[in-house]
Amino acid sequence: MPKPTRRDLLAALAASGALESGLVDLDGFFGLHPALDPLAPLVEAGQLRAIHAVATPYRKRSHFDAQDLLEAGTAVPHRARDGWLARTLTHLQGTDAVAYGQTVPLLLRGADGVGTVSGADDRAEESLVASLMELYETDPLLGPALAEGLRSRDAADAALTEEDRRVSRRARGPRAGAAVGRLLGRLLAGPDGPRIAAAELGGWDTHAAQGTSAGGLANRLSGLADGLIALRDGLGPAWDSTAVLVVTEFGRTVAPNGTGGTDHGTASAALLLGGAVAAGATVADWPGLTQPDLFEGRDLRPTTDLRAIQAGVLRDHLGLDAAALADVFPGGPKPTPELITS
Amino acid sequence: MKPSAALARFGLGARPGEFAAASSAGVRRHLAHQLAGPPDRPQFMTDLPPSHRTVAEFAALRKGSDKDKRRFRRQARELLRREARARIQAAVDSDRPFVERLVAFWSDHFTASALKPEVLAIAGAFEREAIRPNVLGTFEDLLLAVTRHPGMQLYLDNARSTGPNSRAGLRRGRGLNENLAREILELHTLGVDGGYSQDDVIGLARILTGWGLERGRGRGAGPTGHFGFHPGRHEPGAKTLLGTRYGEGYDEGVRALRDLAAHPSTARYVASELVRHFGADEPDPGGVAAVASVFERTGGDLRAVSEALLDLAGEPKLRTPWDLTVAAGRALEVDSVGCRALLRGLDHLGQSPWTAPSPAGWPDDAAGWAGPEAVVRRVEWAQEAGRRFGRDVDAVSLGVDVLGSRLRPTTRKHLVRAADDPATSVALLLASPEFQRR
Repeated sequence: MPKPTRRDLLAALAASGALESGLVDLDGFFGLHPALDPLAPLVEAGQLRAIHAVATPYRKRSHFDAQDLLEAGTAVPHRARDGWLARTLTHLQGTDAVAYGQTVPLLLRGADGVGTVSGADDRAEESLVASLMELYETDPLLGPALAEGLRSRDAADAALTEEDRRVSRRARGPRAGAAVGRLLGRLLAGPDGPRIAAAELGGWDTHAAQGTSAGGLANRLSGLADGLIALRDGLGPAWDSTAVLVVTEFGRTVAPNGTGGTDHGTASAALLLGGAVAAGATVADWPGLTQPDLFEGRDLRPTTDLRAIQAGVLRDHLGLDAAALADVFPGGPKPTPELITS
Repeated sequence: MKPSAALARFGLGARPGEFAAASSAGVRRHLAHQLAGPPDRPQFMTDLPPSHRTVAEFAALRKGSDKDKRRFRRQARELLRREARARIQAAVDSDRPFVERLVAFWSDHFTASALKPEVLAIAGAFEREAIRPNVLGTFEDLLLAVTRHPGMQLYLDNARSTGPNSRAGLRRGRGLNENLAREILELHTLGVDGGYSQDDVIGLARILTGWGLERGRGRGAGPTGHFGFHPGRHEPGAKTLLGTRYGEGYDEGVRALRDLAAHPSTARYVASELVRHFGADEPDPGGVAAVASVFERTGGDLRAVSEALLDLAGEPKLRTPWDLTVAAGRALEVDSVGCRALLRGLDHLGQSPWTAPSPAGWPDDAAGWAGPEAVVRRVEWAQEAGRRFGRDVDAVSLGVDVLGSRLRPTTRKHLVRAADDPATSVALLLASPEFQRR
């Protein structure tokens, strides 16, 4: 069977109704799903790079091991108790980070100065808090967490308006993306705000009824796009010096499964966005989609190590040197150059 | 084993007077005694509708107009709230808290989360019907009950998985869905390092094709809501799982699940999950081996396995929001109206019943719960609970009563100092490091 050309693929997608509203063209070959259309202005401005056929070193299909490895930045799951972004922080003196939610994900565990943010703003009475600070003084878990939590609340008070909080409290499901983006953007741009932020959006495990240009996946993608735009708007002028990396723990099978969805796969796509991003074509050593091209006959074959992309951003955006990078990604690949404007 | 530590580790926090009962019998015997007889099924639980009725009633609404769909969501959420009230009431009132802990543990091990719309209305019924009656039986029966239940069939998409060469597969071009098969191997039985491959995932998925929901008789009839096996969707021919061949039909699926339940990797993996839960965040390998050997020797007798946990070394673990909320409810002897307030607090702490974020369930270690914002919320929660339930309470004597020798002198000093403000004093007790742990 001859290799399907890009035209064949597009024709197949169009015939399935998947392309009703058309791709957002990136570079004449790759394009974004129609639901990512809100990102078109960023593409236009050269502030979005896609990376395709990318994966962590993980080659099996457990969410939980894959997620562990994605956040730890190691080659094998459950080897590290700290995350690659936390190790990055330890090389950037005096830099704070924030995670969206109530707890710190593995990605940011293991470094000082990592706060959390949510829309909540009730306050316990000061006298109660003062007594508890004494009670928690020798508690290695609750003491530092309470202190960090109070600091995070103060930072949120300084940066967020009542409207920001109202929007975030009502955020649920796919639409939560916009609220998360807005909150983090405002916080990062705030006076003395953190320099690094992380957030997680769930709901990508589309085993059934994944849909095409509309449906479950499209809803999630649209929430992601809204979130990224809200992040840009929240950052204001700081967007110009920002890089955002959107990654996932693994891809999905190339072919749909028997129930209109996709099962766990291997390589996937990643996005790099922001004013600090160097304009350019999609980063991909494209493996193709014919049967022999596929990984184990079913998944997109990984040809780019995600850690190379991450290391490229850390080196050229945050200025990490080779020794620091070796600590962040032990045994990792060479950084991918020219992702960040010089 | 100190009574105060044992009742915290294997219970849900003491109700006033519980220590006296435990001490007179000897704490190990007191806990082991709770495992005798089938798990409790309080009256307020038997009043809740069975899952099959809910599935059948809601099937039409979910397919109907937008207005019907909104009605479905409203009614399903209300049902979930009623289920949650029954669950917390059972935990707060229980005089066999060890068994309630086991119900919660297995419910989490076999997560069917209400975050998936198909499961929303029956997540509570799944626990009542598939988990609760089986937590003191055999692991094999529990695994079978769970896998057959519509809650799990719908949560992990097996109800529509179709053999590609079955009649339905050939006629409608439908095929496999791997979701349930993968999570049975990874999360329910062998564990991710239990020695299976992608081919085994597909093998089990093929074996389980046709398992789903029974349909009513007649054209266009909806589901009856009961489990059903559909030969027309079942993949014909032999299948292989872990080197064993299985033939066609429902019984071969049952045989595959029985074989998985009896696999040594399952004993090890289940033991390590239990030891993490009842022992320490980092399971002690010796303890895991001991529990796994009881599991293997008894053919997965969960009563014997649970009793073996009582001999484990362990260290205090941070209470999850659920454990914390129930412990507060027990200490303060909260009634059914108060339980509603407890559920609102639990939501603020991020652990509403049956809303775990993934099939892996809730975190079972401190790192998953002790985040900065989470601890600030625990303090706010304690303040709110103190105001609502603590106005007439003497926190010092309550602290002695429910924490026993776990109450530290420092904490006691702070409780005494705040004694003229009972709400604050109770808040301090609930937020204290010792009450936050079990």
